[in-house]
Amino acid sequence: MPTDIQAPYIAYLPLMPILLVFGAALIGVLVEAFVPAPLRRLTQVVVAVVGLAVAFGFVVYLATEGTSELVAESSIAIDGVTLFLQGTLCLLGIGSILLLAERRLDQSGGEVVSQAANLPGSRADLQLAESKQVQTEVYPLAMFALGGMLLFPACNNLLLMFVALEVLSLPLYLMAGLARRRRLLSQEAALKYFLLGAFASAFFLYGVALLYGYAGSVDLGDIRNATATTGESDSFLYLGIALLAVGLLFKIGAVPFQAWTPDVYQGSPTPVTALMAACTKVAAFGALLRVFYVGFGTTQWDWRPMIWAVAILSMVVGAVLAVTQTDVKRMLAYSSVAHTGFILVALGGLSGTGAASKDGLSGSLFYLLAYGFTTLATFAVVGLVRDSSGEATHLAQWAGLGKRSPLVAGIFAFLLLALAGIPLTSGFVAKFAVFKAAFEGDAVALVVVGVVASAITAFFYARVIVLMFFQEPSVDGPTVAVPSAYTAVTIGVGVLVTAVLGVMPQPVLDLATEAAQFIR
Amino acid sequence: MTPWLTILGVVPLVGALVVSLLPKGKDLLVKQVALGTTLVVLLLTVIMCLDYDTSAGAPRFQFEESHSWISSFGVSYSVGVDGIALVLIALIALLVPVVLLASWDDVESLDTAPDADAGPDAPATGRKSIKAFFALLLVLETMMIGVFAATDIFLFYVFFEAMLIPMYFIIGAYGGPRRSYAAVKFLLYSLFGGLLMLAAVIGLYVQSAKVGPGTFSFQALSELEMSHSTQAWLFLGFFIAFAIKAPLFPFHTWLPDAGAEAPTGGAILIVGILDKVGTFGFLRYCLPLFPWAAREFAPYVITLSVIGVIYGALLAMGQKDMKRLVSYTSVAHFGFIGMGCFAFTTQAGTGAVLYMVNHGLSTGALFMVLGFLIQRGKSRHLSDYSGIAKVAPTLAALFFISGLSALALPGLSTFVSEFLVLVGTFTRYPVAAVVATSGIVLAALYILLAYQRTMQGALSSAHTAMKDLSIREVAALAPLLALMLVLGFYPKPVLDIINPAVAATMQDVGATDPAPTEVDARTLESK
Repeated sequence: MPTDIQAPYIAYLPLMPILLVFGAALIGVLVEAFVPAPLRRLTQVVVAVVGLAVAFGFVVYLATEGTSELVAESSIAIDGVTLFLQGTLCLLGIGSILLLAERRLDQSGGEVVSQAANLPGSRADLQLAESKQVQTEVYPLAMFALGGMLLFPACNNLLLMFVALEVLSLPLYLMAGLARRRRLLSQEAALKYFLLGAFASAFFLYGVALLYGYAGSVDLGDIRNATATTGESDSFLYLGIALLAVGLLFKIGAVPFQAWTPDVYQGSPTPVTALMAACTKVAAFGALLRVFYVGFGTTQWDWRPMIWAVAILSMVVGAVLAVTQTDVKRMLAYSSVAHTGFILVALGGLSGTGAASKDGLSGSLFYLLAYGFTTLATFAVVGLVRDSSGEATHLAQWAGLGKRSPLVAGIFAFLLLALAGIPLTSGFVAKFAVFKAAFEGDAVALVVVGVVASAITAFFYARVIVLMFFQEPSVDGPTVAVPSAYTAVTIGVGVLVTAVLGVMPQPVLDLATEAAQFIR
Repeated sequence: MTPWLTILGVVPLVGALVVSLLPKGKDLLVKQVALGTTLVVLLLTVIMCLDYDTSAGAPRFQFEESHSWISSFGVSYSVGVDGIALVLIALIALLVPVVLLASWDDVESLDTAPDADAGPDAPATGRKSIKAFFALLLVLETMMIGVFAATDIFLFYVFFEAMLIPMYFIIGAYGGPRRSYAAVKFLLYSLFGGLLMLAAVIGLYVQSAKVGPGTFSFQALSELEMSHSTQAWLFLGFFIAFAIKAPLFPFHTWLPDAGAEAPTGGAILIVGILDKVGTFGFLRYCLPLFPWAAREFAPYVITLSVIGVIYGALLAMGQKDMKRLVSYTSVAHFGFIGMGCFAFTTQAGTGAVLYMVNHGLSTGALFMVLGFLIQRGKSRHLSDYSGIAKVAPTLAALFFISGLSALALPGLSTFVSEFLVLVGTFTRYPVAAVVATSGIVLAALYILLAYQRTMQGALSSAHTAMKDLSIREVAALAPLLALMLVLGFYPKPVLDIINPAVAATMQDVGATDPAPTEVDARTLESK
């Protein structure tokens, strides 16, 4: 019997977290079609949250088993780093879904509109803002995006990585345009994100092609081996690294590819912004780390100057531009650019296979976890401050919030201090971990720029605290909406993680250190 | 073994928690609980001081505890005190209850009193939370104790930075008209210095990791061998942070704003305690960890200090605002302390530490008296007052005594420390000592002029009904003035605690007292 084509062997168990999330997304599509409208929203939330929770359970199981293998014909690597990031993503994903499910804040019941394609400003569009029609496709969209995010950092094959990139990006482009208020801004955000994202994807794909030309394979392990053999022309490699980096740096929002962040963060519905800020960053950083550690791990002297430049630019530009912002969401967008720079500092300190590189990896993992939870809670709080026209994101409107609502203002102040990296918060431990790794990797200059940029970031965080606590509320200022349990739980968990990781970070640091091992 | 220092740090924190959980409207209870908590801390500190071993063979650090905290970074929760840290903790334990007493009615008075020089962003009219104010003070006490007790540099850094946050809120929420400007300036200056120190702290860890397991333990790090250039860079990282904190000329510009805009209690703690972290840092970290760099940079630091002495005094004379005046006198005094730290003689070092304590007492008293005066007269301007002694003789008398101690009159404790610093510096840097001595003359000028303008002469018509100090206010001032007198005549108990620690520091830095003293001692022995 002729057996010319052999079906690829797939080990399903290590892939279960990814498959479960995609499965939940598909069930979500079916729910859209078959479940009656009044029950749809609740069903969607349950499906999504249960899907992510079970996926998280599998991640924990795989991690306790010490899983570290290449699966699906070695195109997917399920190792410590993958599992750490997937676990983080599942938890952050549950938080984002809960934020999307919040319906008590906006009087029309929900942050997303049902017919996003209407012409902004048209009568149909104006009616949309007040309509009670609830849009539930957003849950399967979010789940597809999250599934792509779980896959993205696990890809050991550049083509698959491209597929994952698209799977996570396309739903996000759509979701960016769903904001109920300020429709024009939201549609602009979606279009900008899509156009620039498409460009970035094209760069990524071009880079993959060049690397294939260099190594004869799109497998990260093969590329690594090819860099070890001398005699080949290196120009394909350098161009390939550069183009690939453009695609990845775009996704993490590093300078000079940060131009989309403020507009998209501001225009998207706040729960979607939270999802992008927390989860996309974790996933994209995971992929970036894998590409540079595994694929280009032996050629770090070639790309180190590039990462240095990007890290320094991200820290400085992010910090300085954030100072000039007058909108909370835009300010947080630039602050996220600065934080991207801080995490890149650890990658800039990567040198060979010494202890420093492992410290850098575990530091980055810890930073992503800490930053993800803090950011999720921060955007959740931003969504609470509202006036009659929706969210009050202009900074001037936040004046005197501490007098109106000491609890919410206090929580927000704490989260800002964590983002500023004040000791006894997770932000400090995270920053310390990456700076230490960079110092060990002889990237002292990066550390010095990092501390100076931290001082600048502290300025604009402190400015918001000044506004909230030391100034008088204006008469027609915004009010703080009382959230339902969905948002309250997300904020509570985010604050708790921020505080606990600031005081007792050792268990999570151990976890990150244990996980900081790529399989090749 | 009783974990004294941990208990000492936890007590105010528990007090803060209790205070913040008390129901609204129970203002008196809030104050009583807060005061009670700080008195417990004071009592514990007194017991510790009595228990402290000052005999010759006693270990350098006492009341030590150590627990692993973040083992991935080699960080441990390690606390312990040497003589220097102990006297400064005692100063905290004394000043905080005094500050609570002094600010007993401060927060309410802000509710009703429109500030005379209200600017565009006039002070808040809304009711301020008394609970929050006292809770913040208690949290601050915990952090201040922690920063002096830490023997792990990471832990020290954590307290060093975290300490800023409660003070930032105290200035920003309860301060004068330009409070938010002053609060942000205070936070950013300190944070910037702190972050430079963070880079140096990490650098120090990386250095230690090159020869063994990386550590932040002070004692392990002080035995570390480093190249000269490494020492110089790391020294600068620490030094700038401490110089901003201290504040040393030219890093002082935040102090007049913070001191003037903070509520009286906050101002006392800023100059009394927070700034001492800077000079304490010189002695504890800059000198023993980087002896070569410290010796190299000493002449420059001495120069800056002397400039600070003269410059601070001159600017103090030109101030119209009383709280700014006191802030500038502090710049001058910190010049003396900085000089004492970097003269590398036991006398100057001991003098500097004693100066830190005395400065806390005298400037604390001065800020407090002026705070009482400002509360009554609703103005911070010197020119708005005249002849106050006629209606408020007690206030005038106590102002006079506090002023005399600020200008280091013999018989008051500040004289002892200033004398020690000058004598100790003279043996190594005679010119600096001589120039700095003129600072004493200037001090007499600015204090006596301020006294003369406000307290003497014809009574200004606006203040004919001014009340004299109440019993509570006198009770808040009395312990400070009494201690200044006692230490002025009999500083020996404090010196006994300080001396071994300073001697050990000088040994670390590799400095021996200049030759003449040694020769004298030997000839005396041979006779």
